[in-house]
Amino acid sequence: MEPILQVENLKTSFFTSNGEVQAVRGVSFSVEKGDILGIVGESGSGKSVTSMSILKLLADTGKIKEGTILFEGQDLTKMGKAQMRKIRGEKIAMIFQDPMSSLNPLIPVGKQVAEMIKEHHPEKKKDELKREVLDLFSRVRIPEPEKRYNSYPHEFSGGMRQRVMIAMALGNKPDLLIADEPTTALDVTIQDQILKQLRGLQKEFGTSIIFITHDLGVVAELCTRVIVMYGGLVMEEARIDDIFEDPKHPYTLGLLASIPKLEQDKGQRLSPIPGSPPDMTNPPVGCPFAPRCPYARNICAAECPEFKEVGEGHRSRCWLLDPEAPSDHNPFR
Amino acid sequence: MWKYFAKRLGMMAVALFFIILLTFIIMHSIPGGPFTSDRKVSAEVEAALNAKYNLDAPLYEQFFDYLGGVLRGDFGPSYEYTGKSVNDFIANGFPVSAKLGVITMVFVLLASIPMGILAAVKNGKWQDMAVMAVATIGVTIPSFVIASVLIYIFSFRLNWLPTYGVDTWKGYILPVIALGGYSVSYLARLMRSSLLEVMGQDYIRTARAKGLSETKVILRHAMRNALIPVITVLGPTVANLLTGSFVVEKIFAIPGLGVHFVNSVSQRDYTTIMGVTIFYATFLLAMIFIVDVFYCLIDPRIKYE
Ligand SMILES: Nc1ncnc2c1ncn2[C@@H]1O[C@H](COP(=O)(O)OP(=O)(O)OP(=O)(O)O)[C@@H](O)[C@H]1O
Ligand SMILES: [Mg+2]
Repeated sequence: MEPILQVENLKTSFFTSNGEVQAVRGVSFSVEKGDILGIVGESGSGKSVTSMSILKLLADTGKIKEGTILFEGQDLTKMGKAQMRKIRGEKIAMIFQDPMSSLNPLIPVGKQVAEMIKEHHPEKKKDELKREVLDLFSRVRIPEPEKRYNSYPHEFSGGMRQRVMIAMALGNKPDLLIADEPTTALDVTIQDQILKQLRGLQKEFGTSIIFITHDLGVVAELCTRVIVMYGGLVMEEARIDDIFEDPKHPYTLGLLASIPKLEQDKGQRLSPIPGSPPDMTNPPVGCPFAPRCPYARNICAAECPEFKEVGEGHRSRCWLLDPEAPSDHNPFR
Repeated sequence: MWKYFAKRLGMMAVALFFIILLTFIIMHSIPGGPFTSDRKVSAEVEAALNAKYNLDAPLYEQFFDYLGGVLRGDFGPSYEYTGKSVNDFIANGFPVSAKLGVITMVFVLLASIPMGILAAVKNGKWQDMAVMAVATIGVTIPSFVIASVLIYIFSFRLNWLPTYGVDTWKGYILPVIALGGYSVSYLARLMRSSLLEVMGQDYIRTARAKGLSETKVILRHAMRNALIPVITVLGPTVANLLTGSFVVEKIFAIPGLGVHFVNSVSQRDYTTIMGVTIFYATFLLAMIFIVDVFYCLIDPRIKYE
């Protein structure tokens, strides 16, 4: 399989009044055609900034400092605005983290979805657009699509709004779909339905998907490969089985231990790893996870480990994996 | 929705009744009658005058007489100018004021909204700085000062524009700027900050993610949302233009309603004061009602309860 998207050494920062926030500090990964890649990591690890960088939807203060983003062979970081617009919504679509605020409150939802199709296919007539939108609505299981077409976002629940967002993202059958925590804000039953739909889409249209989440449990249900992010870096990358059966990074271990065991605990945001993520205005020189890592050694604080191959298609960033690394006591205890 | 508007109309009627009642009470509790003046009037003459204008009757009777008149659209005779009615003043003055007001309002909208959009789109650039500099001057300096400076420059120095009167279109230029200056500045600032806030919203990012051009993002998605706070203050802005016109009409000697009002106050012309006040109040309530209707049309989230 050849990759549809290849991100190489992506560095993205925000230039704020408090200084440079180094949100993403050298991220590399690729997505194979028709594959579902999971990105997991705690809050603030740089998952959303990575995905916004791909579509260049960063806030005005945000800037891609370094790296390449190859999509179907073209480097998106070098692409002009007009060209970029042809890709957004047509080739790469995005479902955003917060369904409550991601729809325009003053425009009927049907029209908002139709607009996405119309923008890239201006030749389509009004009734044709409407038919397509109604079709999308029933595909994502919005009840009574005809009636709902003219409803406004405030008349919808969070789950229904997220379905509208998904319908919109599917409008032009994109080659790549980026879903940024599409289910975090929703309750468990709706979460399961939405995951099912995403899987169905990938099967039916061969859409490649980047699925971002906090929850390794969700990743297990959906993805074939995973990257684990922390402090603006990729800590581990592996096939889904390897992540669960042979994790090679203490941070991944911590995340695995935090998967809610009981069905009713699902969707709850747990943070069982003690400590908090680093301040990205002044990121640590060493491994960003070292201050919270139960296995940390002197070297971990002094120098950032390299991202190394530890098995087939399995890479990790940890000094424990380096047989040459000095093994003294942990300076953080 | 219609029920909601009907209810609003009912509430307006009640508000108007209390405005009439209050103006009436205040006017009648001020010491000194309309015929108290420097010039001594004999007791007989005063009694005759009081009888003529029914000033001897009990207060409530006078009030209901007056209220009946108002409902028929009759504000009664002027106390000061014999043979003239308050309606005459309004009929003469209001069209002049209204014309100035409407022209000013159009000027305000056409200037402030594009200024605000420009400043927001060019946030932090020189265009933004320029708009904000003008807008800051506009909200801090009172209209009579602006008027005086404008007259000095364009009328006395350059001799381009008349100092008073609105007989030609040129006569409108300075009064409109003096009258609208504050509102232009205020609304431009409001438009700017409102649009900036909206541009940071998640649904704007969604619009961009669809592949829309920045122009479409602003026109289709940001503008309508950003206009909501602007529409909210349009009612008070109209009020501002109306009350502001007292000063501006006086400075530019424009024979509008404002001048009549100022004169009637200094001359204790009770019925004129009351009539003009009630007329303005009605006008204002109507403006606020219209703004309300617009508000409901633009924002589907408003509930009509
Ligand atoms: N507009 C911004 N200005 C400044 N800093 C920002 C901005 N957006 C994000 N950041 C910072 O970048 C870092 C990464 O944020 P990001 O939103 O990518 O996290 P995330 O992994 O998506 O977290 P979550 O799971 O909470 O969505 C955080 O430290 C955040 O504070
Ligand atoms: Mg996020």
